[in-house]
Amino acid sequence: MTRFLHSFMDFLRLLGHETVNRVWRLGYGSRFFFAVLFRSGASLTRGRLILREIWFSGVLSLIIILISGLFVGLVLGLQGYEILQRFGSAGALGTMVALSLLRELGPVVAALLFASRAGSAITAEIGLMKATEQLKAMDMMAVDPVARVVAPRFWGGVISMPFLAALFSTMGIFGGWLIGVVFIGVDDGIFWSSMQASVDFRHDVWNGILKSFVFGVAVSQIAVFEGFDSEPTAEGVSRAITRTVVTSALAILALDFVLTSFMFRGIS
Amino acid sequence: MNRKALDLWVGFFVAIGIGALLFLALKVSSFSGIQMENTYQLQARFDNIGGLKLKSAVRSAGVLVGRVTDIRYDSEKYVALVEMHIDNRYLFPKDTFAAIYTSGLLGDQYIGLEPGGDEEDLADGATVLKTQSAVALEKLISQFMFNKASEGQTAPP
Repeated sequence: MTRFLHSFMDFLRLLGHETVNRVWRLGYGSRFFFAVLFRSGASLTRGRLILREIWFSGVLSLIIILISGLFVGLVLGLQGYEILQRFGSAGALGTMVALSLLRELGPVVAALLFASRAGSAITAEIGLMKATEQLKAMDMMAVDPVARVVAPRFWGGVISMPFLAALFSTMGIFGGWLIGVVFIGVDDGIFWSSMQASVDFRHDVWNGILKSFVFGVAVSQIAVFEGFDSEPTAEGVSRAITRTVVTSALAILALDFVLTSFMFRGIS
Repeated sequence: MNRKALDLWVGFFVAIGIGALLFLALKVSSFSGIQMENTYQLQARFDNIGGLKLKSAVRSAGVLVGRVTDIRYDSEKYVALVEMHIDNRYLFPKDTFAAIYTSGLLGDQYIGLEPGGDEEDLADGATVLKTQSAVALEKLISQFMFNKASEGQTAPP
C-alpha cells in the first residue's frame, strides 16, 4: 500500500513538474519574443542579413511549396468535380477550388510545410551554433546573438511566409484548372467567371494573406526560440527540432481556428 | 553563395510572389463588383426580405447595378428597410418596381429593379415605393394545399 502511495506521489510530482515547466517555457518564450522584436532594429537596417534569411527559408522552400500546391490543386479539382457533378453544378468547380485554397488550405498547408522545411532548419542552425558555442563566442566579442543571429532569421521567415502562401494558392488554382478544364472539360469561361463572381479580394484573398502572416510570425518565433533554448548537445538539438515541428503544427491549426472564427463569421 | 547570386534568387522569389498576389487579385477575385465611390443611395421597404443579405446584388434586366448596403427593421411601419447603393451610371424612373427574386432554385436572393415609365428619375436618398416581398415557399405551399382542400369540399358529386 505504501509503495503504491509512493509511486502515486511520484507520478503527481512528475505531473506538476511538467506543468510548471511548460508554463515556465511559455513565459520565457513570450519574453524572448519581445526581446527579438526590440533588438531587431540593427538587423532591419542591415538588409543583407535578412536577405540571406529570405533566401534560406523562402527560396529554398520554393520547390516543395510549388509542387505540393500543384498536387493539392489537382486533388481538389478531381474530388470537387466528382462531388459537384452529382448536384449538376460542375460550373462551381472554380469557386470551390479558389475559396478552399485561399481561405484555408493555402495558408495552413503552406505554413505546415514551411514549419517542417524552414522552421526545422532554423532550429537546427541556431541549436548547432549554441552547441558549438558560437553564440557564446559572439557574446564574448560584444556582439548580441539575439540581434545578429536570431532576429534576421525571424524576420526572414515572417517576410517569406505570405509570399509562399500566395504561391501555394496560385499553384493550387492552376492545378484545379488543369484537371477541371484541360482534362475533364469544364467550360473555361464559367470556371473563371464563377470564381471571380464569388471570390472577394478583401474578404477572401486579403484575409488569407493576413492568416499566412500570423502563421509566419508564429512558426518563425517557435523555430528561433526552440533553437535558442535547445540543450547544447546532439540529442538536445534533435529534440528541439522535433519540438519545433510539433509545436508549430499545433500552433498553426489552433490559430487557424481562432482566425477563421474571427474572419469568416458570415456577413450579417 | 556569393552576393550577386543571393540577390538574384531573392529578387526572383519576391517577383514571383508579387506575381502570384497580382494573379490572385486580378484574375481570381473581384473588388466587390463595382467601386463604391461612384454610387447613389436608394431605400425600399419590404414586408418580408426572405434570405436577402448585406452585399446582396441589385440587378436590373439581369445586370448587376448595385449592392445592398444596409438592412434594418422599421419599427414604426413593422417592415424591413433595405438600403442599397446603385452605380451612378444607371438611373431609374420614379415609379420603378423593386422585387426580391431568387437566382436559380436554391441560389442567392437579390433585388430586381423593373423600371416604370415616369419622366423623372430617382434621386440620391429616394425611396422606391412599389415593392414586392420575397416569396416564402412555405406560404406558397400552404396556400396551394388550402386551395386543394377547399376544392375537394365544394365539389361533391
